[in-house]
Order: sequence, then structure tokens, then C-alpha cells
Amino acid sequence: MTTRVRLLVGTKKGAFILESDATRRDWSLRGPLCEGWPVHDLIVEPSSGAILAGAGNPWYGPAVWRSEDGGTSWTHSSAGMTYGDGAEPVKTVWSLSATPDGGLLAGVEPAGLFRSDDRGATWRHVEGLTNHPTRPTWGPGAGGLILHTIVPHPTDTDRTWVGISAVGVFETRDGGVSWEPRNVGVRAEFNPENRFPETGQCVHKFAMAAGQPDTLYQRNHCGVYRSDDGSASWQEISDGLPTDFGFAMVTHPRDADTCWVIPLSLPEQGRYMPDGHTAVWRTHDRGATWIRSDDGLPTRDAYMSVLRESMARDTLDPVGITFGTETGQLWHSSDEGVSWRMITDTLPEIWAVEAVVLDD
Amino acid sequence: MATVMLPGSLIALFPGVARRQEVAGDTVGALLDELDAIVPGMRERLVEAGPRLRPHINVFVDGQPADLATAVPPLAVVHVLPAVSGG
Repeated sequence: MTTRVRLLVGTKKGAFILESDATRRDWSLRGPLCEGWPVHDLIVEPSSGAILAGAGNPWYGPAVWRSEDGGTSWTHSSAGMTYGDGAEPVKTVWSLSATPDGGLLAGVEPAGLFRSDDRGATWRHVEGLTNHPTRPTWGPGAGGLILHTIVPHPTDTDRTWVGISAVGVFETRDGGVSWEPRNVGVRAEFNPENRFPETGQCVHKFAMAAGQPDTLYQRNHCGVYRSDDGSASWQEISDGLPTDFGFAMVTHPRDADTCWVIPLSLPEQGRYMPDGHTAVWRTHDRGATWIRSDDGLPTRDAYMSVLRESMARDTLDPVGITFGTETGQLWHSSDEGVSWRMITDTLPEIWAVEAVVLDD
Repeated sequence: MATVMLPGSLIALFPGVARRQEVAGDTVGALLDELDAIVPGMRERLVEAGPRLRPHINVFVDGQPADLATAVPPLAVVHVLPAVSGG
């Protein structure tokens, strides 16, 4: 059996696919794919192995692209991806996720959720989220009013979490009919009159801990958090990190106590590596302590930024971590984030990275 | 039948589809409905909720700017053009 690792990279100017063997030292690169459309997210559909890309084109609108031959040929659809003729049009697809019962979910701008039960050919609006009573109060973050994170429960098909900027985390326990905000304990420093509102938090990313569906890690505009009770409440775990801000976060595929984040300078200070010093920070104890990793990374004059979807991990042992920058560089660690090498520095602005292990 | 000329960036999304299409329809909207029957998914790329033409899509009927309600005479030449948007 041959093991390959594939990196799916979404950029402002199309998708790219990189491949390596299990050593993850040398990478081939294909692209641009998806006709150069801006791509916000890429996933692999577990049931088929198909590659899916969430995208939005300034001329031709939103679409979910699909390739069943490893990225050689593609189809696309946004059929049904509408709030209705009287409502604001859907501009772009920001996030994709496969559900444990074989469906697909797409998060879009303006923020809302759509589901497909025919592998992305047609989509239907998950109206329960849009109909939430807080909807008139939802306001955009710097990237727009976007539903950017979708985390289905691995076994309970009725249960899904989504993240909306700048609104917060919501959870459904009835298959999308009703939703509840899940933001207790999360700061909203930009709202000094009410730092802990029911909604209005600027969640940037969250991810589930391996094998512990009730443990979630959250990267927020204001700090980093962990929930041990399925998002009913959050505890801040920012102590030890250099800044309050950042976008990217990934969790370990087997160790529920480990996750990685990339802190950035505050928005009003540029949103780049703090002091121009590139570093990925990791915890092995659920956020009690953090370890800075910069071996191989540029530690001076490096004013790079990493967006919310632009860090990914594979499932090999040791785990490979990859992150992409807004300036088109792709960095990889094949030792769980201890040391780093640059794969390429010539891609367009990177918006998404996904890592997939293929066993042929 | 009108003659519809499609832009290269649009037909690139539908491999094998020709730039020039002969399509029936007495309005631009009806014509795009018919075009969608010939090339499934194409209307979705040109029309957004409203329904209306997407903001950066222009349609000209015999050289005149048009919207979905614009009448299309028999034998008209209809151009679909993406706007030169951005820098």
C-alpha cells in the first residue's frame, strides 16, 4: 500500500492541489483549478472521496464545485441556494461540511446554512437558523456577515454547531429546526457596555477535540476558549499566548488535549505575525499552557497573516500541519508543529487549506 | 429564434458548450430559461434572487442594454457580457 498526502488549497484566484508521499518532503503542485474562482473552503466527501470547493465569483455568483477524479474535471451548482426572490442574494460559499448521514452543509454570505442530500446537485435553505429571533441583530465582521464554520456531531445527526461572524456560535439539537446561541463565557471586548452578550461575539473558528464531542476549542477575535460541556459554556485558555487575536485553529486527530493556533497582532495593529515573528503555538494540556514553535519559520521582518481556514492537519503519525498565508506562502511541519519548512511562496492569497491522506 | 453570444469565461464553466447558441424566447428572462434547458445550470450563473441579472452581468439585445423583462424580437442578436469590474 502506498500512502500519499494531498493538500487542497483555496486561494483568491482558484484552487490548487499539492501531493507528496508519506515523508511530506517534496510536493507536486497542480492548478489553478475551478476556473480561477475565489475559493473559501475545500473538503473531501467521506462517502465518495470527491473533492468539494466552496466558492463565489464576482460575476457568476456562489457555487459548490465538485470533482470526482481528484481535481481533473469539475462540475458546479448553486441550485436552490437562495433565501427567496425578495431577499438578499447569496454572494459566496464560505464553508462546507459533510454530515454523518451522507449529506452536505454549506455556510454562505450573507450568513445562512444550506443542506444538500444529493451530493451538492441541489441545496435547500436550513430556515431554522435564519429564523432565529436574534437574526435582525446580526452584524458583520471585517470579512462580512458570514457563516464560516460548521461542525457536525460525529454520531448524532440531529446535532450541529455553526460559527457566524460577528454573531457567535449556534447549536441545533433537532436537525436544524431550532438553534440556540452558545456563547456563554466568551468576551466581546468591542462591546464595552455588554462584554458578555447572548450573541454578537466574533467567533473566528472552532473545532472538536478528537473522540470527545463535548470538548470544543474556539479561536475568537477576543481570545481562545475551550468548552467541556458541548458548548453550553466556554472557559478562556488564552493565558500564555502573545496576543488576543488570530484566525486559524486546528485540533489533533487523536489527542483531545492538543490543538494549534496562530496568534496575530490586534486588528488595529495590522493582523500579522506579532512583531514580525512567525510562530505557531500549541497546547498539549487543553490550553493550560502554550508552546511557541518557530523552528524553520522567519522570526524577523515577517509581516504575514493566516486566515481562519488556512491551517490544516493530516492524520498521519506524526501529524502533519500546514498553514498558508495571505501572501501566498505554504508552510508545512511533518512533526506535529515542532519544525517547519516552506513548500512554496508563489501562490495567490491563500484562503483555505485542507489535508487528506490517501492510501492506494 | 435569437442568436445568443456567450462570454468565454461563462462557457469555460460548461465544457463543450459553444459560444453561439440559437435560443427561443420573447424576453431576456424567457430566453435565459430556455438557455438553462439547453445548458443546465447556466441561468444560475447569470441571474440572482429578485430575479434580476447578477450585478456584473450585462445583456444587450440588438446592441441595446437589456434586463430580464426586455423584449427579444425574432432573429435578435443577444450578447451576454461580464462587466469589466475591478482594476
